[in-house]
Amino acid sequence: MPKFILAKLARAFLTIMMVMTFAFIVLRLSGDPAQVLLGPDAPLDAVIAFRERWGLNDPIWKQYLAYLTQIMRLDFGVSMRSQTPAINLVLERVPATLALTIPALILKLGIGIPAGVYAALHRGSLADRGVIMLSIFGFTIPSFVLGLVLVLIFAVSLTWLPSGGQDTYWHAVLPIITLSIGGIGILARFSRSAMIEVLGQPYIRTAMSKGLPWRDVVWKHALPNAAVPIVTLVGFMVGALIAGAVVVESIFAWPGVGRLIVISVANRDLAVVQALLLVIAASMVIANLLVDVAYGLLDPRLRSKRAAH
Amino acid sequence: MSLAIAAPKPGIFTRLRLKVPFLIAVAIVWLLIIVFVAVFADVIRPYPISQMNLAHRLAPMGTPGYWLGTDELGRDVLSRLIQSIRVSLVIAFGATILSAVFGTALGFLAAQFRGWVEHVVVAMADFQAALPFMIMSLAVLAFFGSSMVLLVCLMGFYGWERYARIARGLAISASAQGYASAVVQLGAKPSRVYLRHILPNVASTLIVSMTLTFPEVILMESGLSFLGLGVQPPESSLGNMVGFGREYLTRAPWIMLAPSLVIVMTTLSISLLGDWLRDRLDPTIR
Repeated sequence: MPKFILAKLARAFLTIMMVMTFAFIVLRLSGDPAQVLLGPDAPLDAVIAFRERWGLNDPIWKQYLAYLTQIMRLDFGVSMRSQTPAINLVLERVPATLALTIPALILKLGIGIPAGVYAALHRGSLADRGVIMLSIFGFTIPSFVLGLVLVLIFAVSLTWLPSGGQDTYWHAVLPIITLSIGGIGILARFSRSAMIEVLGQPYIRTAMSKGLPWRDVVWKHALPNAAVPIVTLVGFMVGALIAGAVVVESIFAWPGVGRLIVISVANRDLAVVQALLLVIAASMVIANLLVDVAYGLLDPRLRSKRAAH
Repeated sequence: MSLAIAAPKPGIFTRLRLKVPFLIAVAIVWLLIIVFVAVFADVIRPYPISQMNLAHRLAPMGTPGYWLGTDELGRDVLSRLIQSIRVSLVIAFGATILSAVFGTALGFLAAQFRGWVEHVVVAMADFQAALPFMIMSLAVLAFFGSSMVLLVCLMGFYGWERYARIARGLAISASAQGYASAVVQLGAKPSRVYLRHILPNVASTLIVSMTLTFPEVILMESGLSFLGLGVQPPESSLGNMVGFGREYLTRAPWIMLAPSLVIVMTTLSISLLGDWLRDRLDPTIR
């Protein structure tokens, strides 16, 4: 395996450890974990058994090690609301969230990048200005405002679409649109500026002056180079597939991971919150790893630079 | 504003009009209004925010005395909006300044000591990148419960890694320039070099990146409050108003529309202004 991937793996592992340590510290700071995790009206013998099992009477470093081994076995404790293992609760919500976020990601990529590239190629045109204005609007409107306005228009006034729930495919339409609009704006703006920067480079002038057709200049020289910075942003979006729909799921009463986060935070169901933290951090870290590998594939210069690093 | 001070020449307003595009001027005026409202909230608020008038529940916009209507308890939406602007702005200001100070300090530390200090700062930035900010705040709020101070401190962590990265880079390149090493040669302590000499030179870039963070903090706080986990009643913030207004979306959409419009206009204005400033002051960051 190339050296740079190994280094990235070590870094990813370290990051996950930090997230777990964060959860450990915050949990210990917030009071007696036995009380907090089992709930205020847990029977005394359950609290004692819990303290025994998690070794809460041991010194803090021993507790920390015990906590880490516990987490390694994906044992986050039991949800105090539903009395099922927290990790199962989290994992069973993932498909519902992905059903929203994956189509939204496809829309973001499919509309945002072409719009940005088109705007860059026709810089200063009416279309360019339109793309800029729309993209600024797209990412300054908070998703809860956008979602509610869409509900007001399409569900309340026109009654074309349902306003919440998860019964038919039609129920997914408004959440997906709400999720994708901000991302389309950001991607369009970002790919526009990446493309403009690449088009100003000397190698584009060279390609043009040696008589390549414009189409080839764009497709073979400009786009692959502009792809490198765009991939970073797309990586963030891939990482946010699981955690990125918190607000939208709440607006549309969609039973996904985001809804679970809000409910467990409101109920202080800490076992579930902990499990969520780790699952989300792991998904972000994996996405970042994939981005780094994609960099290596897209840009040989980066590959050698990192290996030397 | 310092407009009135330097007006001996006739053309100051003409020159301003030529220099400042129309859209930017609108953004500046809007922001001035918002700041004015936030500062003088107590004076211009027509009613106390929790004063109920059960006879006038869910009065629509334009009702005499309640120009923006009333909510489900007959409280004046305009008064609540004014108070919310103040709360949201205080949080956003406090948090932006906290994160700028914190991030810049870490960036300078990394630039001064390099080695393991730098590694620690980078690892912290990795941690921040691995956990979406909203999730981290939700977790902290779950463990500690919500309070105003906690909320400002939490938001104060938003975007610190951006300042740290910029401050570190700029400080390293500044120490390679003559002026910083000259002061070091004269025997100045590192704290003096950084605070009195490097900081003023990199301040404009940092201020421009504050215009990036500020609207994001507003959006983050209003998102949390919208979910019912940020600012708690009886206090009210813009996101919190939208969250409660959502219950009456069909019967009384004005409860939710007025704060939404303020949020969008404000973040839009700061973004436009920040973009414009960035183009004029600092072409190096995009």
